[in-house]
Amino acid sequence: MDFDLILRVYPFFIEAAWVTVQLAVLTTLLGLACGTLGAMARLSRLRIFRMIGAVYVSVFRGTPALIQLFILYFGGPQIGLQLDAFTAGVIGLGVNIGAYMTETMRGAIIAIDKGQAEAARTVGLSRYQTMRYVILPQAARLMIRPLGVNINALIKGTALVAAISVVELTYTAQRFIGSTYKPFEMFMISGALYMVIIYATGRGITWLDRKVRIV
Amino acid sequence: MTEQKPFVDIRNAQKSYGSLEVLKDISLQVARGEIVAIIGPSGSGKSTLLRAINDLDPLTGGEVWLEDTQVNRKLPHRQYEKHINQVRQDIGMVFQHFNLFPHLSVRENVTLAPKLLKGLSEDEAEALAREQLDKVGLIDRIDYYPSRLSGGQKQRVAIARALAMKPKVMLFDEATSALDPELVEEVNLVMKKLAEEHMTMIIVTHEMGFAETVCDRVIFMDKGVVVEEGPPSKIFRNPDNARTQNFLRKHLANANR
Repeated sequence: MDFDLILRVYPFFIEAAWVTVQLAVLTTLLGLACGTLGAMARLSRLRIFRMIGAVYVSVFRGTPALIQLFILYFGGPQIGLQLDAFTAGVIGLGVNIGAYMTETMRGAIIAIDKGQAEAARTVGLSRYQTMRYVILPQAARLMIRPLGVNINALIKGTALVAAISVVELTYTAQRFIGSTYKPFEMFMISGALYMVIIYATGRGITWLDRKVRIV
Repeated sequence: MTEQKPFVDIRNAQKSYGSLEVLKDISLQVARGEIVAIIGPSGSGKSTLLRAINDLDPLTGGEVWLEDTQVNRKLPHRQYEKHINQVRQDIGMVFQHFNLFPHLSVRENVTLAPKLLKGLSEDEAEALAREQLDKVGLIDRIDYYPSRLSGGQKQRVAIARALAMKPKVMLFDEATSALDPELVEEVNLVMKKLAEEHMTMIIVTHEMGFAETVCDRVIFMDKGVVVEEGPPSKIFRNPDNARTQNFLRKHLANANR
């Protein structure tokens, strides 16, 4: 292990880690938005929305995220959609993870006992009020940990955007290998920084889960 | 039956799931202030009938009326939702498994619907919660969450929650069936108190003793039809129908075992 080299290059990796964090945060937010819409669609009373939701989930879970990114970034300009690499990365990964989050959220909502909705409806609450005040507050608590699993996968998935040349942790490692011929050290630095990000996120999820647990 | 106009009027109720007929043309009238017990073996359709009264299990044929309002009106979705949310405010329901909202305190369980639907202020809601919880003897549990209550206490909170909407009629769907035997009495006492206040009640139950002492009329259902009905003294002491006799004999044998 060449520690001198590591000390010389690590500031670049810290910068790259920051890009990875930005990617992860923005992707999570977009994923949550897509997941919420997707879950609403899948649970809709109207068939057309249920179908749209089902197609969304099966398309984005049924193809490699890398292919989705390539279609967006390389194929996009062909149909007039010109995006910079970072934006394409956030959109591609966000819409992809949104499909997984759709299923996570739907699962948490349908896991709430049917009696809860019945009790709410029998006192006169509307469908919306039942969802808003009775089902979602309970489902949200159930969602936190499985959404944490989605977010964990997403953080590691940000490595894919190296393939469309976003200068994040994986890309940075590859770039330094080109000039130093030290793949072991470079990938070790990247890997360690990924682990720091994931560990911190995991602690955050656990904290949130404990905080909102039903007494 | 009394001469006055029925308060709850079920006309030719039919319900089927595919080819399975659960309710076969049932008509039942309940007068204001009357307390009716529905008994019968499991699968007889008694819960389905009860749940049709507030359209929780919509009928496939027939009508349900509460005073001058048809409950199960056929309307376009939006109008139906508006209509049924209004009607259900007048029909309280208590479930076998309580269905309290676990993320809300006892106070919030009782006041959620009145606050949302009747726009009560915090002070009004607090007064209402205290009034209803006092009625079921749980004022000291107002800040508790459901997970810290016993089964009997949960059911009493569920009754308070239903009463908080000031319903015209109360439906009880095997309210004590999920309770340990020693907790049944506290719920029965609350129901008796409601009976003394002349609340109109329709009670699906397996508790013949309770039905006999509290109810004005007993309906015996089997296989989707009303087999026999009458005052408790008649149904329990001297039933006409062989199926009723058979059911009660088996039931008593089980109860005494």
